[in-house]
Amino acid sequence: MKLALGPVLYYWDRDTMLWFYEEMADAPVDIIYLGETVCSRRHLLRLQDYLDIAERLAAAGKEVVISTQTLIESESDVKTLHRIADNENFKVEANDMGAVRLLANKVPFVAGAFLNVYNPQTLDLLAGLGATRWVMPVEMSREALVSINGNRQTSPKTEVFAYGRLPLAFSARCFTARHHNLQKDDCQFKCLDYEDGLALKTREGQPFLNLNGIQTQSALVHNLIGELDTLQDAGVDVVRVSPQGHHTGEILHLFRECMEQRLAPAQALAQIEGLMPAASCNGYWYGKPGLEFIRSNPLT
Amino acid sequence: MQPDKIELVCPAGSLPALKTAIDNGADCVYMGFRDDTNARNFTGLNFSFDNAKEGVRYAHAKGRKVLLALNTYPQADGWQRWTSAIDNAAELGLDAVILADPGLMQYAAKTHPDLRLHLSVQGSATNHEAINFYHEMFGIQRAVVPRVLALAQVEQLMAGTQVEIELFGFGGLCVMVEGRCALSSYATGDSPNTRGVCSPPKAVRWQDTPKGLESRLNGILIDRYDAGENAGYPTLCKGRFDVEGETYYAIEEPTSLNTMELLPELIRMGIAAIKIEGRQRSPAYVEQVTKVWRQAIDNCLRDTGNFAVKPSWTAELGKVSEGQQHTLGAYYRPWK
Repeated sequence: MKLALGPVLYYWDRDTMLWFYEEMADAPVDIIYLGETVCSRRHLLRLQDYLDIAERLAAAGKEVVISTQTLIESESDVKTLHRIADNENFKVEANDMGAVRLLANKVPFVAGAFLNVYNPQTLDLLAGLGATRWVMPVEMSREALVSINGNRQTSPKTEVFAYGRLPLAFSARCFTARHHNLQKDDCQFKCLDYEDGLALKTREGQPFLNLNGIQTQSALVHNLIGELDTLQDAGVDVVRVSPQGHHTGEILHLFRECMEQRLAPAQALAQIEGLMPAASCNGYWYGKPGLEFIRSNPLT
Repeated sequence: MQPDKIELVCPAGSLPALKTAIDNGADCVYMGFRDDTNARNFTGLNFSFDNAKEGVRYAHAKGRKVLLALNTYPQADGWQRWTSAIDNAAELGLDAVILADPGLMQYAAKTHPDLRLHLSVQGSATNHEAINFYHEMFGIQRAVVPRVLALAQVEQLMAGTQVEIELFGFGGLCVMVEGRCALSSYATGDSPNTRGVCSPPKAVRWQDTPKGLESRLNGILIDRYDAGENAGYPTLCKGRFDVEGETYYAIEEPTSLNTMELLPELIRMGIAAIKIEGRQRSPAYVEQVTKVWRQAIDNCLRDTGNFAVKPSWTAELGKVSEGQQHTLGAYYRPWK
């Protein structure tokens, strides 16, 4: 299995981003996804900046993939999509069918998690259009994945979102701006104040969701570091870690140690807990509500 | 398209609702079968094959259309349930099927080339490139656009495609992009994409407590009501939550979409159809909403320039609206 780093889902300032990817150039990760996938108002890094970072990371030996925005609303979003699809140096992760249209039968692409591949027929269709890898929808279970991988006719690689707050929903509305009583068009870029998003709790204090601009995430951190063996058995080729404000490099290191079997899953789980912004969940992998956590490798 | 027609597409959760919609002036009704092939997979709702047959007979006898929502994503272990539904739709002579899954569209286009295909709102197509993808690949003839675009964005999108556009006009409001929301499965295990439900009734619990009436979804506190407050169904994005110490409707108020005042604009833009949400609602709701919207559309088509929403219409619709509140949603940009 290979280890991938997903795109940064939050809005970090320019220096933080440049520093982060400088660190990632030396991190034990095989594949790096780059690009603004959440909100087109986030502009501290432009597409050209991402392409420059991509060159740097590729020179460091990483496979670099440019990710497209998930919710394409305006003509300027569509133009950016064209520019990404037309880039000649890097593979693209399509997060919208509009992106698939621009990439199909031209260049190989990664079919992102938001294309909603829930059955082998749709996977085969995308593979026929040039998808060489697909990312399982975050809510899909191990059982469903096994069924897809056992019934498909084509052979794109399978990637799973294996660590991070789950990107659960996208809206036209910006919930971070709403929290500050601002309209989206005048959001004052409040997302810059929340490096790991803005916590939403129930009225009795249970951490429930995490507001990240127009994206709503899980409050808990989806964490499959204890499941690497079952991922492998289900035919997973790539596991994805989603960046967080701190400790991303250490988390990648723990995943790598575990994948190389230098660290037992139970130990990895114990060590990673101190690096997480919230508690673990993994219910989706077991076909349960996503917020549940099932300990398959109990600490002894 | 000439601005002399805009179809009114009404919800039919049952045969009585279907007949009510037709009798009150719906141009089209949309329905689903009794399983997870559609996104209103609730107990006691939807159509058997024979019910559907009677519905189609009734509608066609009056020159109206029947559309079938097959708008969930076929799960890996149930593919044949969805293809059987397509086959049944073709056999029943339905006027179109509303689909979200590309694999299923491919099956429909290959197996029943004469069956008209509409792209469901669950397909999350918010730009012309995405809509054209489905058109070129599978020949979809109409797209239902998610309730996230501003009207100006819808118009831009229309400039880039020949596919007919259908918009939601009234009813429950999804704040999230349809087809891209897993909040319900995160909380309960079931979502629109996987099981055709959001915030499913089986996960709902009501509890009277000293602090007030509480609504919970799989144990998660969605809202708590003081005496005298109207309690609403605990759709999880419409609860009151705590963000940085402030308790409020952090995602959306319990409110309904109502775009009636935009009708002249929708007609001018050449929108093909207006969809009324609510297959889970009663025939009484369908009657009320269909009647009012029929009058409004007819008025507007007769004299677009002088169209004004009558206070009596708003009052009628208010009686059946969630939370008795209306919003223009994302069509009105500041809502975002």
